[in-house]
Amino acid sequence: MAIAVALLLIVVGSVIFQLVSPWGLTPLASNWNRMDDTMAITLVITGIFFVVINLFVVYTLMRFRHRKGQRAAYEPENKKLERWLIGVTTVGVVALLAPGLAVYADYVHPPSDAMVLEILGQQWQWRYRFPGADGKLGATDARFVNGANPMGLDPDDPAGQNNIIVSDNEVHLPINRPVKVLLRSHDVLHDFFVPQFRARMNIVPGQVSSFWFTPTQPGRYEAMCAQLCGVGHPNMRGTVIVEDDARFQAWLKTQPTFAATRKASELDASAGPAAQGKTLAQAKGCVACHSVDGSPGAGPTWKGLFGKTESLADGSSAAVDEAFLKEEIRDPQARVVKGFAPIMPKIELSDDDVDRLVAYIKSQGSTAQR
Amino acid sequence: MAYADEAASHHDPQTFITKYVWSQDHKVIAVQYASVAILVGLIGVTLSNIMRLQIGFPGVFAFITPERYYQYVTMHGMIMVIYLLTALFLGGFGNYLIPLMVGARDMVFPYMNMLSFWVYLVSVIVLLASFFVPGGPTGAGWTLYPPQAILPGTPGYDWGIILMLVSLLIFIVATTMGGLNYVTTVLQARCEGMTLMRMPLSVWGIFTATVLALLAFPALFVSGIMMLLDKTLHTSFFMPALVSMGQVTNYRGGSPLLFQHLFWFFGHPEVYIVALPAFGIVSDLISVHARKAIFGYRMMVWAIVVIGGLSFVVWAHHMFVSGMNPWFGFFFATSTLIIAVPTAIKVYNWVLTLWNGDIHLSVPMLFTLAFILTFLSGGLTGLFLGNVSVDIPLSGTYFVVAHFHMVMGVAPLLVVFGAIYHWYPKISGRMLDDRLGKFHFWVTFIGTYLIYFPMHYLGVLGMPRRYYNFDGYQFIPPSALTLNAFITVVALVVGASQLVFVYNLVWSVFRGPKASSNPWRAASLEWFTPETPPKHNNWGPALPVVHRWAYAYSVPGASEDFIAQTAPLSDGGMEPEPYEVKEAIA
Repeated sequence: MAIAVALLLIVVGSVIFQLVSPWGLTPLASNWNRMDDTMAITLVITGIFFVVINLFVVYTLMRFRHRKGQRAAYEPENKKLERWLIGVTTVGVVALLAPGLAVYADYVHPPSDAMVLEILGQQWQWRYRFPGADGKLGATDARFVNGANPMGLDPDDPAGQNNIIVSDNEVHLPINRPVKVLLRSHDVLHDFFVPQFRARMNIVPGQVSSFWFTPTQPGRYEAMCAQLCGVGHPNMRGTVIVEDDARFQAWLKTQPTFAATRKASELDASAGPAAQGKTLAQAKGCVACHSVDGSPGAGPTWKGLFGKTESLADGSSAAVDEAFLKEEIRDPQARVVKGFAPIMPKIELSDDDVDRLVAYIKSQGSTAQR
Repeated sequence: MAYADEAASHHDPQTFITKYVWSQDHKVIAVQYASVAILVGLIGVTLSNIMRLQIGFPGVFAFITPERYYQYVTMHGMIMVIYLLTALFLGGFGNYLIPLMVGARDMVFPYMNMLSFWVYLVSVIVLLASFFVPGGPTGAGWTLYPPQAILPGTPGYDWGIILMLVSLLIFIVATTMGGLNYVTTVLQARCEGMTLMRMPLSVWGIFTATVLALLAFPALFVSGIMMLLDKTLHTSFFMPALVSMGQVTNYRGGSPLLFQHLFWFFGHPEVYIVALPAFGIVSDLISVHARKAIFGYRMMVWAIVVIGGLSFVVWAHHMFVSGMNPWFGFFFATSTLIIAVPTAIKVYNWVLTLWNGDIHLSVPMLFTLAFILTFLSGGLTGLFLGNVSVDIPLSGTYFVVAHFHMVMGVAPLLVVFGAIYHWYPKISGRMLDDRLGKFHFWVTFIGTYLIYFPMHYLGVLGMPRRYYNFDGYQFIPPSALTLNAFITVVALVVGASQLVFVYNLVWSVFRGPKASSNPWRAASLEWFTPETPPKHNNWGPALPVVHRWAYAYSVPGASEDFIAQTAPLSDGGMEPEPYEVKEAIA
């Protein structure tokens, strides 16, 4: 009999939990309220089936549990009842599917006036690109990817020259304007997921996938990668700022075009190794784990790192100098700083590139130099 | 159908080695399969508990690095789905039950049956060896999606993934050898009177699941070989032109989505390879312990067959947000929701079997009732995920984790437990301890509900799965992290309580009370062997003859509340459309 009571408590407890739970949908900030509605319809219909079937079992257990001398009935089938149940279930399934497919039909039809935003997922950071005034995105290919051109734009494609490049994890969007998001990756699978927007799609290297949504609430939203992409997966964080159009346009003006970033990288070359190292650190994904503002990450922050004495996992300690940094970059697993996991991958780098990275880390170094 | 008795050709094994080690007896092979599966399953549970420690108490346990976390997640998933559940249902229960339930002396190919087990053991050893190679086991997630599975940045991208793929290939060889055997035995070795529509639903479930396995595993096999070639010979089946850790690679032109299609073309039927045997076994347990014929037997058989067929045309519901052509969503959402109809019929018929029954709340029955609630819950959340526009925000979140653990993790395991408590007396000749069984039941049932029910809400909130930590996310309230700690504590308790079950299994072999030949007063054929436990050859000098279906319970006018399948025809209790009538028509 305990089992009947347990089932009853589970049903009642589940319904109460649903009603009072502090955990539910994160408040919506896009046009996809109909996804939430479809989920609500699904919850009600499936909830009814859950409650009715379980309560039926509870009643049956109490009424027909074994008692001395009791004998079960012999009723191997009841065609009428079976047909009736199939009918009810079919109606329930249609009631779920019809609204679901209606919403999905909108999801696969982005509005023709939607603005275009390209998102590039890269282990383990985000980059963004907007088309220039002509509304065209230039061609891309993995073989064009390098430190100065991390999004892999074709340098010879005229359409790409005025594209606006956002080399930062943060992107801004104007409110109440449909956005068609184009998704690219040059390494592995990713997924740009902002729970408040509901809409999303996986990012697959070798193809461009897309989805669309209209941001409807101003604010700052966290984007997370929602498709396993390696050890840095939970650190792959982005930010979407939704604001009015005037502010968005002002922000957009501060972002460089592709042509300008190429010029800047040429300047970098004359600017010295530390500036080149900064570009390199972003291109190779170092910054996903190593911050330069002192905030914690999967690896030690570079702020104030140079000149410091670090405790190592094996109990020894070492002064962070150029030799130490080079050794760590060349063979990250050989010595690991205490408190951090030995997860840094070996990345093939030329001697010059290592020097540039070290110069950059050095420039973030001891307080005296900052 | 061959009724010819081949008892003479079955020489009794002579030595300990041929009887218990290199055994060709399906019952011994079944126990070997089940023992290895349960042992490797305990490793899987341990890995999940370590993983839960990190989720519940992030940063407290320094040895759980992100690398190890992903390796444990991956190995837990693969072990539970393939090396525990698939091996246990087909290699364990399939091996033990099919010949006894259809009245055969053994599997039709005993030598191949033996090979199947030993090859399975090799696959397990290769799998576990990956813990000891440089870089450790793969941490690519159990779905092993390329490109990351074979690229730096993913733990075990070198040795780990190679051993994982090789182990899977070996496992598929084992499953194929076993599967051909089960299918042939069901089709060719049934005893006289055992028509297909008289077979217990356990056999129907295992039979259909085996057919699915034979058709679905080749898709995994070829994708495993293709990925091995991509890894070792740098072919580009699944690898487009890409940049790995800042280096442009030589891969060109491959498709990561091709792998996902192949994987899920296997992966979705795999869900039913695990679920259909559970459906069948639960039907039998519920009927025996409620003393009532399973309601709508023929509808149940057709539901199993239809679900099995439909399971091949729903795979891309795992890929609604994968980046495949979005128009596929319409088709796969529709086919997925259609499968809900035969599945719902099964649930209705289980609970209608209880109605007007004489319900004995034995330990197997408790697990059966727990299965119905758990499966119902997991099945209903499947309607969220199968309906494409509801799936979009939920995909890849803890809602998915909660859903599939309910529907294809815990639910089939509850059936495994129920089935072991039910058939243990037949297998060992002794009863399992009832009090330990009840303790195990209550902790497992209530515990798993406490773990997985609230987990859905974390998914609705938007918390993604496969996250090492959630440090610093503003949209996640601190209470959600507290809930994760609670779930971890319950998971540890449930994990530990499984040791009680293992203790009970081992202790009862030696100390359990002696079982009578038919302790549950069941009507199906396997309880009517001349000896308990059954000897080699199962049936003594002559094969049994069957006169009715396996569900003749509480037949009006019968002296007892069950009529054995082997009882004389004059005892009555025919299936709704009796054999004789069908024969007369033919």
